[in-house]
Parts: sequence; structure tokens; C-alpha cells
Amino acid sequence: MKLYCLSGHPTLPCNVLKFKSTTIMLDCGLDTTSVLNFLPLPLVHSSRLSKLPGWVSKDGTVNLEKRELLDLSTIDVILISNYHCMMALPYITEHTGFTGTVYATEPTLQIGRLLMEELVNFMERVPKAQSATCWKNKEIQRMLPGPLKDAVDVWTWKRSYSMQEVNSALSKVQLVGYSQKVELFGAVQISPLSSGYSLGSSNWIIQSHHEKVSYVSGSSLLTTHPQPMDQSSLKNSDVLILTGLTQMPTANPDGMLGEFCSNLAMTIRAGGNVLVPCYSSGVIYDLLECLYQFIESASLGTTPFYFISPVANSSLEFSQIFAEWLCHNKQTKVYLPEPPFPHAELIQTNKLKHYPSIHGDFSSEFRQPCVVFTGHPSLRFGDVVHFMELWGKSSLNTIIFTEPDFSYLDALAPYQPLAMKCVYCPIDTRLNFHQVSKLLKEVQPLHVVCPEQYTQPPLTQAHRSDLMLELQPPPMPYRRCSVLNLPFRRRYERVYILPELANSLVPSEIKPGISVATVSAVLHSKDNKHTLQSVPKPPPVPPSKKRKRVIEEPPVVLAPKPLLSGAVPLEAFLATLQKHGITEVKVEETADGHILHLQAEDTLIQLEEDGTHIVCDNNEPLRTTLRDLVLRFLQKL
Amino acid sequence: MPEIKVTPLGAGQDVGRSCILVSIGGKNIMLDCGMHMGYNDDRRFPDFSYITQNGRLTDFLDCLIISHFHLDHCGALPYMSEMVGYDGPIYMTHPTKAICPILLEDFRKITVDKKGETNFFTSQMIKDCMKKVIPLNLHQTVQVDDELEIKAYYAGHVLGAAMVHIKVGSESVVYTGDYNMTPDRHLGAAWIDKCRPDILISESTYATTIRDSKRCRERDFLKKVHESIERGGKVLIPVFALGRAQELCILLETFWERMNLKAPIYFSTGLTEKANHYYKLFITWTNQKIRKTFVQRNMFEFKHIKAFDRSYADNPGPMVVFATPGMLHAGQSLQIFKKWAGNEKNMVIMPGYCVQGTIGHKILNGQRKLEMEGRATLDVKLQVEYMSFSAHADAKGIMQLIRMAEPRNMVLVHGEAVKMEFLKGKIEQEFSIDCYMPANGETVTVTTNPSVPVDISLNLLKREMALGGPLPDPKKPRTMHGTLIMKENSLKLVSSEQALKELGLNEHQLRFTCRVQLQDPHSDPDTLHRIYTHLKSVLKGYTIQHLPDGTVMVESIVIKVSSSAEDPNTKVLLLSWSYQDEDLGSFLSTLLKKGLPSGLC
Repeated sequence: MKLYCLSGHPTLPCNVLKFKSTTIMLDCGLDTTSVLNFLPLPLVHSSRLSKLPGWVSKDGTVNLEKRELLDLSTIDVILISNYHCMMALPYITEHTGFTGTVYATEPTLQIGRLLMEELVNFMERVPKAQSATCWKNKEIQRMLPGPLKDAVDVWTWKRSYSMQEVNSALSKVQLVGYSQKVELFGAVQISPLSSGYSLGSSNWIIQSHHEKVSYVSGSSLLTTHPQPMDQSSLKNSDVLILTGLTQMPTANPDGMLGEFCSNLAMTIRAGGNVLVPCYSSGVIYDLLECLYQFIESASLGTTPFYFISPVANSSLEFSQIFAEWLCHNKQTKVYLPEPPFPHAELIQTNKLKHYPSIHGDFSSEFRQPCVVFTGHPSLRFGDVVHFMELWGKSSLNTIIFTEPDFSYLDALAPYQPLAMKCVYCPIDTRLNFHQVSKLLKEVQPLHVVCPEQYTQPPLTQAHRSDLMLELQPPPMPYRRCSVLNLPFRRRYERVYILPELANSLVPSEIKPGISVATVSAVLHSKDNKHTLQSVPKPPPVPPSKKRKRVIEEPPVVLAPKPLLSGAVPLEAFLATLQKHGITEVKVEETADGHILHLQAEDTLIQLEEDGTHIVCDNNEPLRTTLRDLVLRFLQKL
Repeated sequence: MPEIKVTPLGAGQDVGRSCILVSIGGKNIMLDCGMHMGYNDDRRFPDFSYITQNGRLTDFLDCLIISHFHLDHCGALPYMSEMVGYDGPIYMTHPTKAICPILLEDFRKITVDKKGETNFFTSQMIKDCMKKVIPLNLHQTVQVDDELEIKAYYAGHVLGAAMVHIKVGSESVVYTGDYNMTPDRHLGAAWIDKCRPDILISESTYATTIRDSKRCRERDFLKKVHESIERGGKVLIPVFALGRAQELCILLETFWERMNLKAPIYFSTGLTEKANHYYKLFITWTNQKIRKTFVQRNMFEFKHIKAFDRSYADNPGPMVVFATPGMLHAGQSLQIFKKWAGNEKNMVIMPGYCVQGTIGHKILNGQRKLEMEGRATLDVKLQVEYMSFSAHADAKGIMQLIRMAEPRNMVLVHGEAVKMEFLKGKIEQEFSIDCYMPANGETVTVTTNPSVPVDISLNLLKREMALGGPLPDPKKPRTMHGTLIMKENSLKLVSSEQALKELGLNEHQLRFTCRVQLQDPHSDPDTLHRIYTHLKSVLKGYTIQHLPDGTVMVESIVIKVSSSAEDPNTKVLLLSWSYQDEDLGSFLSTLLKKGLPSGLC
């Protein structure tokens, strides 16, 4: 069993597991941090940006986490754990010869589709007249300034995919429900478990009858909107692959949420605007819910909240229809029937408005001061770029970062100098190191595999030994392009004994509570399922009248004799011999046992602890009798 | 031999109060717990005394599964759990869990408040009973306990309807509840994978009907409504608040829009708005088309359909009214019916099945004079139309499901005996499987023949598969040998050698040595060689070696030759073999005793 690690990003993993002749890709996250190397793509022509000297960006690019470690066309299935971890899917499934199936839950598919749609839309609505690729040449890259010079593997950076590729990729998705058991080629069984991180997010169990691998990715134990994490099903794993821990181990999500609200209120009261760069699904639902409760008490009742994204409406609508995937409280609301998320009410009361982009209705209805939620959190593309240009110059305004994926200083770099206030409240609800060590203690996996980043404290806080995984036995770390041999020894496989054969077996007790039976059977293997059938009886040989040479037919080897075990006790054996009329026995003691001389029959029997030797000439009936007498004392296996 | 038992307490050769007991692998499961619309006495509920005469049912049942929210499938639930007594798990899907208590409360109100019955379950009992419900997701495998697992499949029929696959070890049963094999305007079609259950328990409401295409029926329906409206008549459509009603609303809404009609459409009871809301929130349970477009246009937001008020019934002019309940046995639909029955311009369209004993059933059978309470009679002058919109599988659909699931046995419930008889014959003929149709209280017993799962050592399996070659030879099956170790609950199949090792036993070697005298006037090596040649010719397919140390080996049997001291022509052959070669050893010693044939060189 092998694990190929194609991504070094601990929260955007991409691993390939080879297990029992199946090749399973676990997630395909898209690391978009490389866009920070590019200038923002403005929606409205910006004189400032275009006047910047020198290297102007022409590529909308993303860093694709894959290498030629293995042939992508050999992948049988891809398991998706949450919508953030599927953004590279079109790169994997299109143009690589991939012919397999992708498994994901329904919310993951629907929201993943929205996020991809949004990304494509952001890229396509600012078409570029020209695109540069020559700079990717190593020689030229060396001469480039700044961080671009040091960026690694720029040749793997690719252009964004198209909507057509997204649709084609998503058509390969097969929907699954939590705890659904899916058989892959009869060899392994996969099953998604609730991971508590986002709508439809899952951890995966990959198991056969005797081996179990758990894949934990992006899980949360906090009470937010999704169904709570299923921890108990992770028990008894041979290997647990651990990815997607919090990127902000020192930031408490609740505290950050409080800070978010107070900063927001402060800015609004002072007459400024608040910009929240965020993804269109996920934490935004919690932010809106928090604001719903906060608005009245902070007397923000008249402040307009805008959510601008090409998929804003869809994201808000979709969040309301996945009752099955929500936490218990929200499910109960649906039974009433009421929408599970309070943003329905915010929309109904016109407190929250959503627009596909800044163009159209928004420009006429837009009132200040206001709060705007919009993407993309990298500040490099999407409507957020426009608001940065618009509001950046005033110190009344505030930008509040809530997404932990990008360094906020890097994100802001091209907008400097900036008068606007910046607040950094990253909200990452994924497991922290304390929670994960408690979890691992609970579920007791035999081995843990994790990105190497988790095995040492963060570089900036080298003394914080609590910000790393400390386990016994130590976890097996991986980095990008590692190939790990998982410490697995498969020893057993499931086989089914058909009823007819099962009924014919004769068990005998060999030790208290342990019985054995010898089995002779025909093995049938089909679709990785094995069954044992009775040996068909050979067709009766037509009786040949001409010659009676039965004896000269050599025996057909059908059932070899079983192995024997035990010892023949001298006294009891002698008594048995006597019963069978063999009385003249001379017993001679030897180093290892005894030799019995049957004088009348001129036969020797050598009895030893681990063997019996019968020397008998010319008396087949006697020999067989003796054989059967000896066998009485032995166990057959 | 393991057995599976199926006993209907209700819905055996009947429609109504569905309640089926299944015993499988030592587990007892109750499927559905419904009431009968045709009765107002004890026969309304299933006869739980069949399970136990006194005391609670908790000790006798491992779980209860409700297939969907129709009262003939869940109407006895509070009675069973709170009045008879059951505290075990109750499973149903999310939409069923949401809607079921509302219908139960409705049912309770009609029975207790309107008819004044006592000794009936209370609102609190409905609440308490719903607390015992564990929601099921589609395709989720739920482990009821260590051995019993259940899995729900989409059944169409109504919002949240499910079929269940019940599995204990390698035995399994599928219960369909009510299902629909053709997608309609708001729901998808039932689907199940090839799970090959030992028994498939299917409803058979439309066992003998093969319905024409849905489109035709819709056109007919719209035509009839339209004609009646045109001539100024009023149209009453008795429905249950959830289910068919939404489908017909979508149908009329689009028709009104297209034809630009002005006549009002009303929907009775306050449930409408709420009901439509359920459909919006559980949109993932509707059909593909509605799900795909719901962000742009939610099909359950109706422009033309308004809430009904009792006073509207006397308004002049044409109108269409959807009123509950669907079988005209009580409530608002019955009141409106009484008002409108006298006018031949009016029309009542029955869009679903009506249980015997209800007014719906009577008028559908052509009865034009109805006896009402208090000896009054009602002349039925309005037109009565029947439009089968209830989403049950027809004969074709049932056969299709059998093809999907490939069961080994079939049990028919939820249908009329005569119709079942017909379908039973058809199933037995087409699939050559046994088909049963037990009456209430009658038990069907099916013996199963499960295979025994065993853990085989991978070494043994791999060795066997390598030797067996890529393709099995049907004429010469390869036999594998091993030892099955039975320890506590584990069954392991290993090679005999490994078994010895694992059990910590010593091998005991049993050897035989046999001297055979032979007249053969040759030198010792020549004799040996002659024996070698002889055996070669006799024993085909055995390994025979002539070793340089002066022995012949047949498999693992050693043969040595020495001359007798007295007579050099008398040779003494020494044969030595272990017990594992007993058959061959015995054969060889007998063979060699007879001497060597003269023709050998």
C-alpha cells in the first residue's frame, strides 16, 4: 500500500492511495496563493495600476498541485472531502485521460460548482488582450524582481479553466450520502463521514474486510451550521491520514467573530464602510447569522448589507435546502417549516441584498455607509478589487479579513499606500492541535500520516511545541512529491463458503474453545469476490468388464492426508494393541522415546515425541491396522 | 436453516393500516404503522396484540421503520408507541419526520374534536412519539445495532417516501412502502440498486392496471377542468394536503398561465402555504427539473392559487377548489361536496385511490344516492370523474422494480386480493421466483441459505490463485486444501502448516517403512533403474526422480534397493513414506510386491 503525495499544502491536500489494486485520489485542492504574485485585475480601468512600471501581469494563473509522480489516467476514483478541496478537479479529470468516477456529497458538488463558476466568471469578465508565458522560462525568471524570482515550479502554473471544463468535470461526480457504503470493484469499500467543517464536508473511510484507512480532511468540532463531526466511525483505523488542520492555531474563532462584529459596528458608527473579502459560501453563513443577532443590539438596523458575487443568490438559496446536512438546531427549524438560516429573514426585510456584480442594479441602489461581502479573498480579482480602489483612500473605511487562506499583508501589497483601516480576524473552524490530539487519543489509529508542517512548530513560533503533533508512535510526515510506503501487512482476505460445503465440514475440538476442520474445496474468484464450493464428485468411471486391474490404477490425488499433531502415549497405546490381539510386545527405551517390537508379527514401532515410525514388511492388513490405531491418538489438521 | 418470516398485521390483501412484521436473523422489525380510513372502530389500527398480549412492544421489536407520511402508513404511530407502548428506535426520512406530526394532529382533530371520540391519542402523545424518531438520509447505511443495518432508497410517491433495505449478516429484505416508477411533475422515479434481497415486499395497489402515459392523463384532466369552468361549473378536487395536491397545482398553475384563465383556484385549509414551504425546503427530494431551476423559479410559489375560505363555496361563478381530505370521508372536502353535489354543472375529480367505506369509494362505484348521518340522503347530480394521479407503481412498474432488485422471493401487500392473485401469477411466470400474498395475521416463512464468511490467509489464497491460472478450467477444477480454525466468533481458513503454527502445536510425523522382496537377477543399480522405468510407465502425472545417491523418489516416497545376503538375485526394496503419501505408498508397496514385468530394459 502506497501513498503518493502530490500537494505540499496541508489544507489543500492531494494524495493518491494505492490500496488492493485500486488507485484512489484523496482530494484535489487548488493552491491559489500564487496569484499573490500578480497584480489585481480591476473591473474598471485603474490609472494607478496601469501606470506602475515594469513587469505587468498578463496571466490569470493558479498553481496546480500535481507532478508526474504517477499517470493520472490510472486513477480509478477521486474522493472529495469538501468544496474547497475540489477546485483543481477540472485539471485532473480533463485532458489527462481520466476515466474514473468522482465521489462527493450533494452540497459539496453544488457549492463546489458555484465556487468554480465564480472563479471562471471573475477571470472571464476581465479578458486580457495578451498573455505572457515566456517569463516562465527559467533564464528569464531569474532576472525577474521580487518574490517572483524565487517562486518555485512556475511552469506548473496554469491558466484558469473554462465553464465547459467545469461542467464536464462535474458530470463525473457520483453523489453519496454520509455513511453510505460504496463498493469499488468488490475490492474495497469507501464511505464518507460527516466532518463538521462545512455543508456536506466529509472525511472518508477506505476499508476492506481486514484493513481500514481513514482520511481526515478539514474537520471541525465547533458548533457551526454543518452536521457535527462523526468521530466514532474513525475508530480502529490501521492508518489515519490527517490533513486540513486549522491554519490559525492561535486564533480562537469565537474571539475573532466578536472582534469582527465590534470593528464592523465601530466603522459604521463613524460613518465608514466595511469591506469583507470572503468566499461565497462557508463562514459567510455564520457571519450573517452572527450579524442577524448583532444588528439590533448594535442599532445597525438601517445599515445596508450587500453580498456581491456572480453566485451570491445561488449560494444563499442553496444553503437553505440541505436540511439533512445541517446541525440539529437547524434541522428542527426546517420541521416547522422555517428556513434553517436567518439570512432568509435578512433578505426578506431588505437588510441584506445580493447582486451578481457591481454593474447593473447595484450601482443605482447602492447606499453608504454599508457593509460589503465580496470576493475574491486574495484581492487580486473579483469585485473586491473595485472596492479597494474606491474605499482605500479614506481612513474612515475598514477592510476586515476573515478568510485564513491568504496572508493579508501580501494581499494588500499592491494597494499600498492605504489609508483604510485593516483588521485581521481570520476565522478558521478546522481542528486545532489540542482538539486533534484529543481526537487521536479517542480513535486510536495504529499509524498517523500527516504533512510535515504538522510535525514541527510553525517557523515564526519555534518555541510553541504545543503547535505541533506529538504522537507515539511518531506520525509519518509527507511533503510534496513524497511516496510513502504505508506500514500495512495484509494477511487475510474474505472468502465465502457456500452452504453445501459448510454443511459438509466436520469440526473437531482441538483445544478448549477452538475447533478445526479440514476443508477441501474449489475456489472461485470473480469480481474480487471469492467463494469456496464443494469439490464436484468425479463422474463415475464406467465399469470396465474386460480387465479387472483396479489395483493397478494409481490413486488419484484428491485429498492429501491432513497433517498430524500430538503424541502417542505409550501405556494407552499398548493397551489398545492388546485389545486388538497384539500381546507380545517388547518395549525398549531409547533416548527420544520407545521402540516397540511386536515379536509375533516381526514389526517395529518407534514412538517418539514428535513422530511415529512403523516398520512392517509384507503385511499390509497389519500395517493399516497399526496405522489406524496410531491415528486414534493424533489430531488431524 | 435460517428463516425469514413476514407477517402483515395490516395491508395483507388489503389497502390501509399498513403494518408488516419481519423476523430476520433473530431481529424483529416493524414496517409502517398505519391506520385504516374505512373503519371507525378497533379495526382502524393494526392488531398489536398479535405481538404480545400484555405489556409493551419494546421488548419484542428491534426497530420500526415508517416509509412515508400518508396516514395509512403512519396513522397508528402515536397509538402504538404511546398507548400500547414502544420506546425503541423509529426511523423515517427527514421530510416524513417533518410532515408526519402535522397530518397526525389533523387526523386527531377530526377524530376527537369533530367526531367527539375519546380514548384516542393526544397532541402530547404525538410530540412524545416524534421524539423517538431518528431521521434517515437516502443511501445512508444506518447501523441499528451491531448486526442490523438499514438503508433508505428514493421511492417517488410523495415527498420523502422511501424504500428500505434491511440487512442482517448476508440475509436481507426490501420493503417498498408505496412507490412510483415514473417521474411526475414534482417527484422523481423510485430507484434501487441490484441488492438481491431474499424477499422483496412490494405494494400492489395497481397490480392489474397498466396506465396510459402520464401526458394523456394530464391532458384529460385539464380538458375536464376547462370544460367545466367554461360552462360555469365548480370543480372540486379532493386531495391530501401534501403530495398529489402539489403536482396538480403545478399542472393547473402552468395551464392557467398558458391559457390566460381568470377563474379562481383555491386551496383549502391553512396547510397549503405550509405544505408548499416544506416542498421548498426539501427541494432536494423533488425531481431533477425542479431542483435545477429552483434558484431562478421556485415551482412551489404559485401565482394563481389562493387560500380558500369556507364562505367562498357559495360564491357564484366557476372556480376550482382543492380540498382535504382526499377520500371525501370527512372534513372540508366533504362539506363542499355536500354543497355542490346537487348541481349537474359541477364536477368532482377524484385524483387518487379511495378506500372501501368512504364516500369517495361509493361515488366512484356509481352510487348516486348517499346516506348521510341522521338518515338524510344526498342526491349526487354533479359529474364524478376518476383520474388516477396517485403515484403508485402499476403492474409494469412493479415488474420493473423486481428486475432492478432481483429478489429471491416476493411478497405482495397493500392491494386487493383478486388483483394480487393476477400479479402473483405473472411474477411467478416471468421471474420463476416464489410469490406470496399473506392475509393479515398470516405468516410467510422463507428459508434462506446464506454462505458462511470466512477469513482466508492471504498466503493460501494467493498461492491458490497463482496455481489456478487466470481462467478456471470447468472440466478439471482445482481443489484447494486448508484448515478452518474456529475460535470464539472468528473463522479462519489457513494452510495446514500455518494452522499448526498458529495453534502452537507440534507436527507429528507418522512414517511407514516397508521391505519388499523381489526376484530380479540384475545388479542393484540396474534393478533400481528398472523400477524407475516401470514406475514411470505406471504412474502418469507423478514426479518420479532417479537420484544419484542410489534412490528413486516418487513424490516424497523413497525407494532403495539392496541385495539379499544369501541370494544376490533376491533384492530387498526399502520403501519409506510419510502419512501424507499413505495412499500412494500403500499402492506402491502392493505394486512392487508383484515383481517387475519382464519386458523392462
